Amino acid sequence: MEIGIDRIRCDGRGLCAELAPELIRLDDWGYPIIAASPVPDHLLSHAQKAVAACPVLALSLRQAAKRALG
Amino acid sequence: MTRLRLLAGPDLSLGPERLHAHVERLGPTPVLGHSLIDMLEASGLTGRGGASFPVARKWRSVARHRGGPVVVVNGAEGEPQSLKDRVLMSTRPHLVLDGALLAARTLKASQVIVYVGEDHREARAAMAGALAERPDPELRRARLVAAPARYVAGESSAAVNLLDNSIASPMSKPPDPHEAGVGDAPTLVQNVESLAHVSLIARYGAEWFKSAGRRGGAGTVLITVAGAVPSPGVVEIEAGTTVREVLDMAGGVDPASRAVLIGGYFGTWVDFAAAQDLALDPAALRERGLGLGCGVVGVISSRGCGVCETARIMRYLAGESSAQCGPCFFGLRALADACGRIADKGSNADDLARLHRWARDVRGRGACRHPDGAAMFLQSALQTFAPEFSTHPAHWRANAGGRDAA
Repeated sequence: MEIGIDRIRCDGRGLCAELAPELIRLDDWGYPIIAASPVPDHLLSHAQKAVAACPVLALSLRQAAKRALG
Repeated sequence: MTRLRLLAGPDLSLGPERLHAHVERLGPTPVLGHSLIDMLEASGLTGRGGASFPVARKWRSVARHRGGPVVVVNGAEGEPQSLKDRVLMSTRPHLVLDGALLAARTLKASQVIVYVGEDHREARAAMAGALAERPDPELRRARLVAAPARYVAGESSAAVNLLDNSIASPMSKPPDPHEAGVGDAPTLVQNVESLAHVSLIARYGAEWFKSAGRRGGAGTVLITVAGAVPSPGVVEIEAGTTVREVLDMAGGVDPASRAVLIGGYFGTWVDFAAAQDLALDPAALRERGLGLGCGVVGVISSRGCGVCETARIMRYLAGESSAQCGPCFFGLRALADACGRIADKGSNADDLARLHRWARDVRGRGACRHPDGAAMFLQSALQTFAPEFSTHPAHWRANAGGRDAA
């Protein structure tokens, strides 16, 4: 699993980085930078909490991403 | 000298080629079934809007999804230095419309939309005139829609958003337009030059297409030569032609020029001497970590300043963010500010460190690739103009226009 983010929805509230600091850090403007690797099993519950806590529903847990078309 | 293909025929100054002249010169639009997609695949044709994505793969993925597809003819040339789409539409509109018609028939499209920049007056008039001449039902029903004069308006999801919601801002993906685009129908958004190539490949075949091209490149490419050259403008070259050869076509260039920007504002600065032998071909450039982008080759002279030029372009790109995604809106503005400080007030180590860190930070963090393009452009500037960025003098007095008179 990996954490997906809808960049347009994301408002930079920052709760995710507090709930899953191992997976998400904030940039200088308060927007999340998500670790590229899949979420390791032992951090899955942290990821789930971060996804559930997002006030604007910008985060999701999903299977490995598909490559976008040009 | 390149044998012209897209720009063959009557002199370009004569304006749009009329339908009867076009048909007399090239014959009618051929009727082909699904085999056209195999031909496109064999030709190796890649998209000419900027991403160089294989055309056949895009068509196949539109065909795979259910529903009557929509074909969007993308003539929104938002790149400030690029002129080639405008020149093509203004002079060979029927070549583009042939490609659109072939796409519509092959994909059994329910709708064709011709999407042209609102500021491309000549091109829009030529496309409107050409549409009115076409007897084909698919094109008689086609809509001509004006794209706002914004950098991102030509991005495929921004085109879909404009057509559905009148907002030319990119949308979150998935779904990609090829899955669910205009009115949720699978949508092919294809650049006008790509479609013009399709119309010739359909007539003459994949082998013919590949018979042009040098150093492993296939087909021809439209290039806009810009900046410090004697005769800037659009040229058609064989893929794989070197930068040196292209600059010779534009009247020759001062060998002491500082650098070349390849691919436009989402492209890459390359040291002038190192750029000379680069082959302008999407695959060859990709191998070297570069891209053909929209086909702009821009020269900065020996007297030009890479730092000031980079600061100007970063300011432009920051202003062209559609302000939807934080990392793009805030990040590009911060990058443009830091670049501008170095340009105006002179080098400082803190801003340089910020530029390097923020350019890494913003990549891959937008709904579209606007932040990626701007960051890669900046990273190439930091590398190519490294000496200038670390020793840039203050232009404060010269640029402040009297603000510092006291």
